[in-house]
Amino acid sequence: MVNFKINNIDISVEENTTILQAARKHHIDIPTLCNYPDLEIKSECRVCVVEINGEKKLFTSCSTIAKEGMIVNTNSPKVLNARKTILELILANHDAVCATCPKNLNCELQTLANKLGIDENRFPTVLEVKPIDNKNPALIRNINRCIKCGRCIDVCKSIQSMNVLDVMGRGQNIEITPAYGKFLTDESCTYCGQCSSVCPVGAIIEKDDTDPVWEALNNPNLHVIVQVAPAVRVSLGEELGMEPGSIVTEKVVSALKYLGFDAVYDTDFTADLTIIEEGNELIDRITNGGVLPIMTSCCPGWINYVEQKYPEILDHISSCKSPQQMFGALAKSYYAEKMKLDPKNIFVVSIMPCTAKKYEAKREEMRIDSVNPDVDVVLTTRELGKMVRQMGINFESIEGSPFDKPFGITTGAAAIFGATGGVMEAALRTVYEVVNKEELKDINFTMVRGTDGIKEAEVELGGQKVKVAVAHTLANAKILSDQVKNGTSPYVFIEIMACPGGCIGGGGQPYGTTAEIRQKRIDAIYKVDENMTIRKSHENPDIKALYDDYLEKPLGHKSHQLLHTHYHSRKK
Amino acid sequence: MIQMKVISKRFGQINPLSIDSYIKAEGYEALKKAVAMHPSKIIDEIEISKIRGRGGAGFPAYIKLRALSNETGNKYIVCNADEGEPGNFKDRMIMENDPHAILEGMVIMAYATGSTQGYIYIRGEYQNAMNIFKKTIKAAEECGYLGKNILDKGFDFNVEVRSGAGSYVCGEEFSMIESIEGKPGRSRTKPPFPTEKGIHNRPTLINNVETFANFPHIVLNGGKKFAEIGTPSSTGTKLISLSGNVKNKGLYEVPFGTSIRDVIFKLGKGLENNRSIKMVQLGGASGPIIPEYMLDMSIDFDRFENFDSKTGTGAIIVIDDRFDIFDILLINMKFFVHQSCGKCTPCREGHVQIVNLLNKFISHRATEKDLMSLENLAYVIQQTSLCGLGQTSMTSIISSLRYFRDDYFAKVRY
Repeated sequence: MVNFKINNIDISVEENTTILQAARKHHIDIPTLCNYPDLEIKSECRVCVVEINGEKKLFTSCSTIAKEGMIVNTNSPKVLNARKTILELILANHDAVCATCPKNLNCELQTLANKLGIDENRFPTVLEVKPIDNKNPALIRNINRCIKCGRCIDVCKSIQSMNVLDVMGRGQNIEITPAYGKFLTDESCTYCGQCSSVCPVGAIIEKDDTDPVWEALNNPNLHVIVQVAPAVRVSLGEELGMEPGSIVTEKVVSALKYLGFDAVYDTDFTADLTIIEEGNELIDRITNGGVLPIMTSCCPGWINYVEQKYPEILDHISSCKSPQQMFGALAKSYYAEKMKLDPKNIFVVSIMPCTAKKYEAKREEMRIDSVNPDVDVVLTTRELGKMVRQMGINFESIEGSPFDKPFGITTGAAAIFGATGGVMEAALRTVYEVVNKEELKDINFTMVRGTDGIKEAEVELGGQKVKVAVAHTLANAKILSDQVKNGTSPYVFIEIMACPGGCIGGGGQPYGTTAEIRQKRIDAIYKVDENMTIRKSHENPDIKALYDDYLEKPLGHKSHQLLHTHYHSRKK
Repeated sequence: MIQMKVISKRFGQINPLSIDSYIKAEGYEALKKAVAMHPSKIIDEIEISKIRGRGGAGFPAYIKLRALSNETGNKYIVCNADEGEPGNFKDRMIMENDPHAILEGMVIMAYATGSTQGYIYIRGEYQNAMNIFKKTIKAAEECGYLGKNILDKGFDFNVEVRSGAGSYVCGEEFSMIESIEGKPGRSRTKPPFPTEKGIHNRPTLINNVETFANFPHIVLNGGKKFAEIGTPSSTGTKLISLSGNVKNKGLYEVPFGTSIRDVIFKLGKGLENNRSIKMVQLGGASGPIIPEYMLDMSIDFDRFENFDSKTGTGAIIVIDDRFDIFDILLINMKFFVHQSCGKCTPCREGHVQIVNLLNKFISHRATEKDLMSLENLAYVIQQTSLCGLGQTSMTSIISSLRYFRDDYFAKVRY
């Protein structure tokens, strides 16, 4: 143990504890900016400096290890002055037009400026306005707001192993940018949006698509429907000021109704459908000697990754569309017929925890009439939060209501799509029972739950033991993809999600996502599953009805037309 | 005689491109003596010599050596020849006049610390020194002083020449390590220090050219004899790069303790056209600016420490009364704006604002409040910057605010 003092308080911590960690443990607040709980210590912003007795220099508390007998002062005049000066310097090179910034009231720099009492800046602005990168459908990089904290580089490099962003230039001219200062579209960016999720300011944000949604809602000729992804029901509450992990499924429905949507549906329904199609695809490939392992296709970040980095293994990817796109395709075919509507007059909006879904909806393959997109607009959890705030809805006190029919009944299996391992578990619940023709004794496949980077499990299918694996983050996806590419993969089925923790940690989720918050959302997702009456996709009566009514059989002709797709190499 | 030639004794006396010429002048004798000693005894001699690093900061050399020798596995030795500090040319002179002495110092320290790979990181602009050093390495390898099984003692040590593209910050330890690894020259978070985790996260020793050149003398003549030269706190000699408005500009070697005035007037023969001194900048752009009345100060690490800078590189830049303090400060600060790597806030954004403030003084637009902002910002940059660049770049501003404060007030608009 190390004994030392912070602000005259006796503190005792374990060896190798930083001053910042020690202070936080004892509820002493030291402001930080570049520091982020899940990422490496950079000590670049220098905001967290503290004074150590006997030292002339100030030390960054994030990187300085507490030593026996140290006397630390976190609020001496010297420290306060340095912190304030540093923040003034940052603000003098920042496009600080707060009121019209999407990060207004959600910006760590703004909060810090307020906290440190900066009422005027001694330094004139030195900002040289540079063009904005908005060439892709998912993310906008506004370099004029960038404060060079390096979080986005770190998340792209160490969590996702993508290395799309890095520092270019030197001194005052440095820019955090794709190579040679080009656009994200010139790089293998997967639009996972993790950079937007960790950016402390508004330098990387999702492309705002709320305007076309407002327009559609106010267009009397359009039938505007919306689908809500599994992960959104455990995060929209958090976005709107409730505790992380609050389950707000029915509140989301009411809020969407209040916004003016004609019908509110659950993506969980097409998640169940995905399990039926994908499960049958797996069974088909096992029994007929098809390409194995089969890899999931629900995550558009992963699809963007594999198309650009591992086109050699595209045959392994399930041909199933993602639940979002299955919903879009059904909405503009089955649903249109049923409701006697012209598909052109149906406007489909999705609420997704994801920025890459914006790209997915724009793909040419995702148009059943080859012209109009099946999903017209994708909004992130954060964008829906914005619309709810715009309408002045008191979300916490709103009375809940159920999803609309005909896609009304969903299962627990579909709900867990939102957490890493969920698609695998849902598929196993179905495939096990269909293949082995016996009921599962315990439907909880806990082996594939949890936040380990790569998880594996062994299941008995038709008398033989097979191995399956689950990976989340692209750095882990790379490991499993390499095995598949080299022919050394021991698995028959692999689930991959690009974001840490799966969709609940998606790039479109509320700001400030950390490992702790992800865990709370995961716990909530499994609680949703537990509370469902039906917890296996193949037992969903509405799914059965859909096949009887319209699709005929899994992997049948109609299914292929509407629910399956293909991929192509986009290697750069 | 004020001069005392220890490191520069062979300058002009031998052919720097001929290893035979070096060997005839006691060359590689120290190495032969060293490999007969126990490695720890060599470091003991360095400790007894009390030699301090010649790169400017004046850190006792034996501490880093001992730290490195205590580490196991792959370790690296780096000679810092990225002499980017304006006004310094001593390292170039050693490389061009007595390159084998540097290499001999490196090989001795490789033996003493158990390192097998060395680099000499030479400033991008020093093409001539680079060419010389490549030939030096080749000759030493051919003669068995470098490479495999050195002097048949069963130890291996290789040296490679590395270079940046002329970035000043690459003279800073961690930026240099990044650059050697092939990355852009930007510093790292400390701790860990290079002797713990340096090149490829392995223990790494970085010393200045002049420090390495001193080691053979210490080994050959003993640490005790070396410690007799200079002052108790700063032993040995110092190479002085004398430049600016003096008659005899050039490189001089003097024992520590010599006064700055003697260097300027006895060796440099005073100012051109008998002008008077306005100011003297010590160490280079990152060094203090002192007035004429302080010139009796002796060249000594302890005296230099008052300035929190790299004064110890031994540059003396004499500036006569035709110049204004702001002329010099603006040149210095524009230099740092250009050379900042951009990684940490105070250095990246601070230098730009310092230049803005100086321009206000120059154009007589500055107020007393600007004077306060300038002083305040200078201290913040010094106290909070990540690496040595920002920690020392403000020395000229801070020292000028102390010794030339009236010059600032003269420009303030009331």
